[in-house]
Amino acid sequence: MEPVTDTSLKKTPLHARHRAAGAKMVPFGGWDMPLEYSGIVDEHMAVRTRAGLFDVSHMGEIEIAGTDALAGVQRISSNDASALQVGQAQYSALLTARGTFVDDLLVYRLAPQHFLLVVNAANTEKDFAWIDNEIKTAGDVVAVDASSRYALLSVQGPAALDVLGSLTEIDLPGMKYYRFAHGEVANVRATVSRTGYTGENGFEVFVPPQSAERVWQAILSAGQAVDLIPAGLGARDTLRLEASMRLYGQDIDDTTTPLEAGLEWIVGWKKGDFNGAAALREQKSQGPSRKLVGFEMLDPGIARHGHEVFINGETCGRVTSGTQTPFLKKAIGMAYLPIAYAAPGTEIGVDIRSRRARARVVPMPFYRRP
Amino acid sequence: MAYPAGLKYTKDHEWVELSGDRAKVGITDYAQKQLGDVVYVELPEVGAILRQGESFGTIESVKAVSELYSPVSGEVVDINASLKNKPETVNSDPHGSWMIVVKLGHPAETAALLDAAQYTDLVR
Repeated sequence: MEPVTDTSLKKTPLHARHRAAGAKMVPFGGWDMPLEYSGIVDEHMAVRTRAGLFDVSHMGEIEIAGTDALAGVQRISSNDASALQVGQAQYSALLTARGTFVDDLLVYRLAPQHFLLVVNAANTEKDFAWIDNEIKTAGDVVAVDASSRYALLSVQGPAALDVLGSLTEIDLPGMKYYRFAHGEVANVRATVSRTGYTGENGFEVFVPPQSAERVWQAILSAGQAVDLIPAGLGARDTLRLEASMRLYGQDIDDTTTPLEAGLEWIVGWKKGDFNGAAALREQKSQGPSRKLVGFEMLDPGIARHGHEVFINGETCGRVTSGTQTPFLKKAIGMAYLPIAYAAPGTEIGVDIRSRRARARVVPMPFYRRP
Repeated sequence: MAYPAGLKYTKDHEWVELSGDRAKVGITDYAQKQLGDVVYVELPEVGAILRQGESFGTIESVKAVSELYSPVSGEVVDINASLKNKPETVNSDPHGSWMIVVKLGHPAETAALLDAAQYTDLVR
């Protein structure tokens, strides 16, 4: 079989590196991205026990600036951005008027009236158009799709601090979770944040696209001492699921709300009006009728996205994400269940290709960093 | 990895080891590479009757689920139960990790199977 490159797909500045390294490439959110290098299990284990390096340059970056930038962000983003100091980031959501997800994102406060939003690759254009429209009434504020100005590398794992620390003067040991700083990495101008999508200690590194290869190679070289390896989207997905982080398009979308998804902590109830606030307040007063839960398979088999979930013989939901996790070595998943059945210990059935397999609701996260 | 000359192959990337009226069946090195890390193999019960080309089970990697197709017709007389606990051997030793043994119902079917050279050409 000849590897086929779909020319309509976008390529990150590291695309040639991935191809040269023999990565298995897949289309993802309009991008030609590495699925795996040495194998999903190998890469997953490297991140849990040593370190892995991801190219996540496909993520979208939207900047919001102007004298009313804070007011603009407060309108479109569910979390309370006024709680952010400059140099701090938060997880948040863009919500429809119904309180459902347009996307989930990270909000970075670059300056008092200058914010950077990091959004899902497949949603970047949709989010930008939506944000651009929604902030018009917020005053002196503009949104810019700055995605092409950033490459984004993610170094994750217990050894990430040592590896990245050897390449920068930025005080990484002193950097708290969800904080960021500007400086140089491998002599390249960079912004480094203590964030990730793996449940592991780690850092994300924003660099200019033209310097991405240099920084990528420098991290790989510095990582040799701890056997850091490059990792792809396959391991990124199993890692985030093991850590119970939601994936837009599967676990959350425009039919589900933060309250249902177990993400009430990203709703800034006290900050006044914002998109979706009225609908969320209404749902909060009634109590949501369903909730996203984690489950473990009791019978053999692996639950996958889309499989039906049964309780007492009745269909009551679908699996949103499911996999066999390399580190915990269990078949796990998430599904929306009626509140009455959402308590840990509840036994549910999952239809795996016409075979009914038993599973049990368990508390999330499945994995917590030691 | 070379494709052993003693085995026969299918276009669906199964291998067959013929011995008298028995056929031992597994998946090829090419197939395991396409799948990635195998984490689950679901096999039929002993006694199941298979037709050539029919699904006899599923194999799951971390990312995907694939059907396993029987290269021959007949009755399943043995299954490799050790794959339940060690599915990853399909990756490390694909041509040694047999899945089922079929007692041939129509031995003439085996004439159409590919030999190692033909299969090597197919996946080149």
